[in-house]
Amino acid sequence: MLGRLSLSAIPLDVPILVGTFIGVVIVGVAVLGLITYYGKWGYLWKEWFTSVDHKRLAVMYIILALVALFRGFADAIMMRTQLALAYAGNPGYLPPHHYDQIFSAHGTIMIFFLAMAFMTGLFNFIVPLQIGARDVAFPFLNNLSFWMTAVAFILVNVSLFIGEFSQCGWLAYPPLSENQFSPGVGVDYYIWAVQISGVGTLLTGVNFFVTIVKMRAPGMTWMKMPVFTWTAFCASILIMVAFPVLTVAVALLGLDRYFGMHFFTNDGGGNQMLYLNLIWAWGHPEVYILVIPAFGVFSEVVPAFSGKPLFGYSTMVYATCSIMVLSFLVWVHHFFTMGAGPDVNAFFGIATMIISIPTGVKLFNWLFTMYKGRIQFHACMYWAVGFMITFTIGGMTGVMLAIPGADFVLHNSLFLIAHFHNTIIGGVYFGYICGMNFWFPKVMGFKLDETWGKRAFWFWFVGFYCAFVPLYIVGFEGMTRRLNHYDNPAWHPWLLVAEVGAVLVMLGIACQLTQLYVSIRDRNLPQNRDVTGDPWNGRTLEWSTSSPPPVYNFAIVPHVHELDAFMHDKENGIDTRQAGAQYEAIHMPKNTSLGLACGIFALIFGFAAVWYIWWLAAIGLVGVIGSVIARSADKDIDYYIPAEEVARIENEHTRKLMAQAAE
Amino acid sequence: MSNPHTSSSGESHGSVSSYIIGFVLAVVLTVLSFGVVMSHSLSPAGTLAAVSALALVQVLVHLHYFLHMGGDSEQRWNNMCFVFTVAFVAILIVGSVFIMNNTALHMMSR
Repeated sequence: MLGRLSLSAIPLDVPILVGTFIGVVIVGVAVLGLITYYGKWGYLWKEWFTSVDHKRLAVMYIILALVALFRGFADAIMMRTQLALAYAGNPGYLPPHHYDQIFSAHGTIMIFFLAMAFMTGLFNFIVPLQIGARDVAFPFLNNLSFWMTAVAFILVNVSLFIGEFSQCGWLAYPPLSENQFSPGVGVDYYIWAVQISGVGTLLTGVNFFVTIVKMRAPGMTWMKMPVFTWTAFCASILIMVAFPVLTVAVALLGLDRYFGMHFFTNDGGGNQMLYLNLIWAWGHPEVYILVIPAFGVFSEVVPAFSGKPLFGYSTMVYATCSIMVLSFLVWVHHFFTMGAGPDVNAFFGIATMIISIPTGVKLFNWLFTMYKGRIQFHACMYWAVGFMITFTIGGMTGVMLAIPGADFVLHNSLFLIAHFHNTIIGGVYFGYICGMNFWFPKVMGFKLDETWGKRAFWFWFVGFYCAFVPLYIVGFEGMTRRLNHYDNPAWHPWLLVAEVGAVLVMLGIACQLTQLYVSIRDRNLPQNRDVTGDPWNGRTLEWSTSSPPPVYNFAIVPHVHELDAFMHDKENGIDTRQAGAQYEAIHMPKNTSLGLACGIFALIFGFAAVWYIWWLAAIGLVGVIGSVIARSADKDIDYYIPAEEVARIENEHTRKLMAQAAE
Repeated sequence: MSNPHTSSSGESHGSVSSYIIGFVLAVVLTVLSFGVVMSHSLSPAGTLAAVSALALVQVLVHLHYFLHMGGDSEQRWNNMCFVFTVAFVAILIVGSVFIMNNTALHMMSR
């Protein structure tokens, strides 16, 4: 009846997990209680959970990403603490069984649920506004994508308290992840979480590709498109091409585990090396999916705070597109040591080095944008400049690792760990947080507190170097990744320094939370309010709307004449909003609960499949299919906002603008 | 009232007559292929060449009539997406064969 599930699956013997569980229950009950107390369930349901508005979904994505950051960072600091302790006679406080789950969960959560969710949140908020559209091409799919990502994250967290998570690293390499060596449910949790969130990501890729191709405002030709939209476009293409490869690789692993097949097993004709080949054919484009939009963020932030147009727009676009194509030609550099000959390794090594050229072009573009600019050192600029320094170092160690000979020494050492954290934290995370500081007033109507933003930056920046430079050093000294315990006295001091770095990063996260709290508390102060909708003298169309934008984004779809359309309009005295024009009724998509229903059934299916509860899995699967059919049959999916309502909202905003200007 | 921002209709997806032309062409090409093999009228090499050529034409017929690719500006995106997809699939397949074959040689696993 319950498959493999029994009471013994609940890890009551692990005090850390019991403590965490009690904490989660207390916080969960408190949150649910507060929502009930203030009677906000109806509001949440109507305005958020069932919303197909890209702006609402963006906020939910970013909240999901911040929750994932919390979980992923808790894993990170536990690992660092274990390695600070587990030297010589001291076994540390995490047994290998638990430690292995922690590093697997850390990688899985940080990539799939922090970085991907944050990126999708930024896409959702910015892309439709930048291209002058009223929503994305497929609003329902957008809602569905969000719920698929969210339930997959829930599934990963369920594994904390019911059963266990994968102990095979964030990519679950066979043969370790096969039934023979991982008979438990951990890898199955991993498989279903990745597959369910993969559906969401793939749909997001399709959605934004179509949105950008079909829904740009009149006059916005390809070379008049903002750089962030270009990066979103390239990332969407990479998603559409790369994610099916991940789905297939993980599905084949699933067939091995569930149906006793032999794709990647040691015996029966399997070949685990093919899994590495497939997973990295996805994995390498994946890191570019994450970092290309971060490049897009900097390409918007640096011009805005330098008071100049971006230096070399067209080279930026070509560099982005070349990175997109090249990112598909380098995947072997993740497994140079697998045993291919010098011809294969040389090809992929050289291809990897070539990718640093367009990336270098971008760095020079940002530097020349700043050169002789009127730079304001806003918190956003701190993250941007911090990124340029940190990412350059990460890029250079990447070129070192791209030399196959050097890689044979450094492969799977902590040097590698330091390298990719250098690019993912210094590139992706700094970029997304920079974007959050930049676009926050557009989303919420008030600015994020700058002082706490700068404090957060300094803690993150110093903490990052403190945590990862020691890892470069111990990596050179031969320390491999995923060690639970070590005896080498030369490593111990460095790992203590790294622990200090992790604590500094924790303080950085605390500053970010304080920044959010302080900003919300002081949101009504006049210097924090964003009345005009254009707090940074922005260049692109999103700054022409009110903050937060009305549900329809643009009452009159703007006409684009030049690159940096809004700046062009401001300089030529054109009113982009066309305030007071003859408004028409606006056609909008209706909310739907079927995305959430689909997500919940997918969660039921995933959980049941992990535990072999087949009757429940059948219910989940039928529910997913049923929800999709119900949606397809639903004809009541749109409505019109009457022209009077549009006029009322627009006139209200015009009145506020006038009042602001009169002060 | 049609609104370009929420309307779900795209460019034309062909007409009944274009589908019928495509279907008839596909059937004719299939029958021809079978005919060439079953009649034994050509040498084995000639048969292979003829069947390959017919298969290629068959692919083009499918792409044009069913996947709506062609010279019209309307179909530019279809063409571009197709070329892009083929290129990426080719990179993945050729690359995988290159890598796995080379690895197998060096690791003496076959």
